[in-house]
Amino acid sequence: MNDQTMTPEERAANLKGMGCARKRVEDVRFTQGKGNYVDDIKLDGMLFGAFVRSPYAHARVVSVNKDAALAVPGVVAVLTAEDLAPLGLHWMPTLAGDKQMVLADGKVLFQGQEVAYVVAENRYIAADAAELVDVEYEELPVLTDPFEALKSDVVLREDLAGQTEGAHGPRKHHNHIFTWEQGDKDATEAVLGEADVVAEEMVYYHRTHPCPLETCGCVASMDKVTGKLTLYGTFQAPHAIRTVVSLISGLAEHNIRVISPDIGGGFGNKVGAYAGYVCSVVASIVTGQPVKWVENRMENLMSTAFARDYWMRGKIAATKAGKITGLWCHTTADHGGFDACADPTKFPAGFMNICTGSYDIPVAYLAVDGVYTNKAPGGVAYRCSFRVTEAAYFIERMIEVLAIKLNMDAAELRRINFIKAEQFPYQSALGWEYDSGDYHTAWDKALKAVDYEGLRAEQAQRIEDFKAGKTRKLLGIGLTHFTEIVGAGPVKNCDILGLGMFDSCEIRIHPTGSAIARLGTISQGQGHATTFAQIIASEIGLPADDITLEEGDTDTAPYGLGTYGSRSTPVAGAATAMAARKIRPKAQMIAAYLLEVHDNDVEWDVDRFAVKGAPERFKTMKEIAFAAYNQAIPGLEPGLEAVSYYDPPNMTYPFGAYICVMEIDVDTGEWEVRQFYALDDCGTRINPMIIEGQVHGGVTEALAIAMGQEIAYDEMGNVKTGTLMDFFIPTAWETPNYTTDHTVTPSPHHPIGAKGVGESPNVGGVPAFSNAVHDAFRPFGLVQSHMPHDHWRIWKIANGLGMHG
Amino acid sequence: MIPAGFEYHRPGDIASAIGILQEHGDEARVIAGGHSLIPMMKLRMAEMGHLVDLQAIDELKGIEVGSDTVTLGAMVTQHELITHDGLATAIPLIREAALQIADPQVRYMGTVGGNVANGDPGNDMPGLMQCLNASFELSGPDGKRSVAARDFYEAAYFTAREDEEILTRISIPVPGADVGQAYEKQKRKIGDYATAAAAVMVGNGTASVAMTNLADTPIWSEEAGAWLAGGNVDGCVAAMLDAIDPVADNRGPVEFKKHVAAVVLRRAIDRAQSRAG
Ligand SMILES: Cc1cc2nc3c(=O)[nH]c(=O)nc-3n(C[C@H](O)[C@H](O)[C@H](O)COP(=O)(O)OP(=O)(O)OC[C@H]3O[C@@H](n4cnc5c(N)ncnc54)[C@H](O)[C@@H]3O)c2cc1C
Repeated sequence: MNDQTMTPEERAANLKGMGCARKRVEDVRFTQGKGNYVDDIKLDGMLFGAFVRSPYAHARVVSVNKDAALAVPGVVAVLTAEDLAPLGLHWMPTLAGDKQMVLADGKVLFQGQEVAYVVAENRYIAADAAELVDVEYEELPVLTDPFEALKSDVVLREDLAGQTEGAHGPRKHHNHIFTWEQGDKDATEAVLGEADVVAEEMVYYHRTHPCPLETCGCVASMDKVTGKLTLYGTFQAPHAIRTVVSLISGLAEHNIRVISPDIGGGFGNKVGAYAGYVCSVVASIVTGQPVKWVENRMENLMSTAFARDYWMRGKIAATKAGKITGLWCHTTADHGGFDACADPTKFPAGFMNICTGSYDIPVAYLAVDGVYTNKAPGGVAYRCSFRVTEAAYFIERMIEVLAIKLNMDAAELRRINFIKAEQFPYQSALGWEYDSGDYHTAWDKALKAVDYEGLRAEQAQRIEDFKAGKTRKLLGIGLTHFTEIVGAGPVKNCDILGLGMFDSCEIRIHPTGSAIARLGTISQGQGHATTFAQIIASEIGLPADDITLEEGDTDTAPYGLGTYGSRSTPVAGAATAMAARKIRPKAQMIAAYLLEVHDNDVEWDVDRFAVKGAPERFKTMKEIAFAAYNQAIPGLEPGLEAVSYYDPPNMTYPFGAYICVMEIDVDTGEWEVRQFYALDDCGTRINPMIIEGQVHGGVTEALAIAMGQEIAYDEMGNVKTGTLMDFFIPTAWETPNYTTDHTVTPSPHHPIGAKGVGESPNVGGVPAFSNAVHDAFRPFGLVQSHMPHDHWRIWKIANGLGMHG
Repeated sequence: MIPAGFEYHRPGDIASAIGILQEHGDEARVIAGGHSLIPMMKLRMAEMGHLVDLQAIDELKGIEVGSDTVTLGAMVTQHELITHDGLATAIPLIREAALQIADPQVRYMGTVGGNVANGDPGNDMPGLMQCLNASFELSGPDGKRSVAARDFYEAAYFTAREDEEILTRISIPVPGADVGQAYEKQKRKIGDYATAAAAVMVGNGTASVAMTNLADTPIWSEEAGAWLAGGNVDGCVAAMLDAIDPVADNRGPVEFKKHVAAVVLRRAIDRAQSRAG
């Protein structure tokens, strides 16, 4: 077959464009162990840095004696706050408008905090010497409970003493960071006062950690001859890191090149700036040699950004018939020793105000109080858009709690409160405009797929059997309908450190009809090189296989805000389509010139422009590309390329319906997921196979979080879950089978209608698992029990309900 | 996660290994599969100047299945315990327990000798060996001696083995054909140590019961065994609950562990009884 005989559908299929389950081009190198990660980078004369970390959660640093460490052969330098202070680098700004110590300046505020940085010829010497740095501490009272912290006389942040105004308004107490209020307090309280029914509950989403397979790290290389700093690192936002490094180091931005090589998972952990980056840059500037720093697993878990730790008190009002009339939420947010949340500037609690979820709630109020404690800083969006997992968990628990109060089926309660398809675009009570959705269709499809009625009948029988002593296993049916808000975001209200959250794509078409595209984002496993090429393939009719994708090098890629919060497809994906669409008009002119007709007499046809009414007369994009470099076309510049900086008009609102069926052993607390059904509506589906892979991975992370994964502290502020023996990462054994499904409700404002999917499974998965546990015990009187639902906590529920005789 | 420096030795026979231990005293430690020791070294909770690798000592290898006794060389890997057909027929309990240890990667490296010599209350093999009434052969500067598994464990990481001794072989009496055996373990995930684990043998009017990770040593209870031999399961469980002394940790509080210990033990007993002739 050739171009003449193929149907348009066949030609489109050959492009492997949007909708094609194209295999991931990245996997060829990853499955052969040929990826190139930060720790694979080896430069001549490279030194290694290692931190001396605080064993205490709160202590004064009385003295730091470096002598023994400096005496070790091969040790080049030992940096402390005193060394960084003259450069003004002993503190650094955080993404949340706070500042954070780079190295302990007089005191430490969490266990694992960086106290000194040892630079040595290799990592073994650095580790040995770090042991020899002699730090004298004076222990201080430890605050690990945010509610206590708000009452305590103990001042954690002495540097802020007397400051009653923080980055986000007034501070009410010396350990208070901010209060963030959304919605209508008075109206909400009025509704609560008059409602038929009000359900009230404290919903805790425990502290956990993104724990990417590859920990954080960097290699800083200062070339003293050119004055140029190259910084390789595990950065989810390389361009923003370049700007931050320039702002805090005083180096001119054009003299800084930031490169994110292959990244082994980020999940939010690699968005922020860490002490390791600053110290490595300083060490390289001072020594004139490249300096590598790579965290070990324990350092990653105890010091780089955690996630969640939200205490969400909720009140939900409804009529007797179950129509929700109002929602109230007060959240106490434990931010640790420094406020280093990665949120858009105007959103100190992220998009927590998406907590009205999928429901048409006429009035709502949200207040969030941020609090300092003696825990690690962070509060990043672990595989979710800013605080969206917390919001989804909150509302999906509150719905269940309300269902109990109303003695109603939770599936039905959801159905009668969903925003209806005809209400979109929908203005939520907490200020968002949901772009599109069809929740009822998705919900009905999901319930039917799992035979919801049948499951409830089986559950009823199981309860009978349990009561009759025939079984010790309960059956839980966990329901969730989530709505996310992703794709930050419109520059008018979303920025990070003043940088608007647009994103970018540059496409260059080569003479032979292949192309390279560069984006401001950076893949960490999402498969950008695969999917973005598919967008271009469909938009400009060149095969995806002929399109190279490059990200992560700030010297070559256009500026962008990076990859997190499911923003790559909504923002950079849109930029990609828009850049492609900028190329098309020029291609059209070239085609018309070659065909010797007027521009308006040719039309687009999959991979070519053809003369209107004479489809046998055409020029393929391949031919057009060559002509762009080969013909002197009057009125046209040579070449075929375009760049687009896309500022989205709105966020996108992916949604989904997840159902988990779980067996629970009341005697041991052991659980088994019998069935997990995930229906996602992410708008236009670019690559169904990648979507499925993202859902599988994300639900598995959700399983981990809901069923065991946590960063737990004892009352002394010691991290109790600092290794993978105690920090739960499921293996293939614990991972259930998943059934994936979908509906398609395109985003009306996105150029290709896509909404983003990478984080949906974490957002929807956690409440689905947690609700399954709760649902199993609901018939026996359980209303609320906090995650993680590990064996002993499940056992405790059963024990508390008198199930152990 | 980088251990402190050490000298590496790789002797070819037991005598040279003992010689190196004698020379360096408590500065030296043997390493078998390394899957308990190396993590401790990386955490710098174990630091030693001299590491004596036992991998090249052939005398420490091999599984011998006799009609009355099974002998395991200390360097037999946990993987070999699982894949050896004769062993699985003679004492199926060993395979059942070994399959519950860690994951395949760990079991390819981890040895039975290292598992029982380590003295970590989380290890599964010590309780198993007590249940089976195994004895450990120790070779030192003064020759060989034998210590019963039931007398070997003193406290967490403290055993009857002297610093200069190497655990060389494990001898296990083959239980009668009518004896039902079962190993039951509750853990949080693959690769985890036990929340509670039970090794049970019952049949022919005899019984033996041991439990793991519920005290600072494995717990073999003669009294529990006697109750079970007499067919009194409740008495057995009560005696065992009396003998264990769990502590609260990330796996749960004490009352949970005690409850689970009883459940796990009952399940092991059920299964062992169902297999008894
Ligand atoms: C992720 C993970 C999960 C695990 N889960 C389990 C589990 O569920 N159950 C379980 O039982 N174990 C578990 N283990 C431990 C594993 O079984 C180890 O292999 C075992 O405990 C030690 O055996 P080894 O050969 O690796 O010994 P090594 O680590 O080399 O040595 C352990 C100790 O024993 C001493 N030693 C070793 N051999 C001898 C000898 N012949 N004579 C005298 N002293 C000796 C060493 O000096 C050292 O002190 C796990 C390990 C890991 C890494």
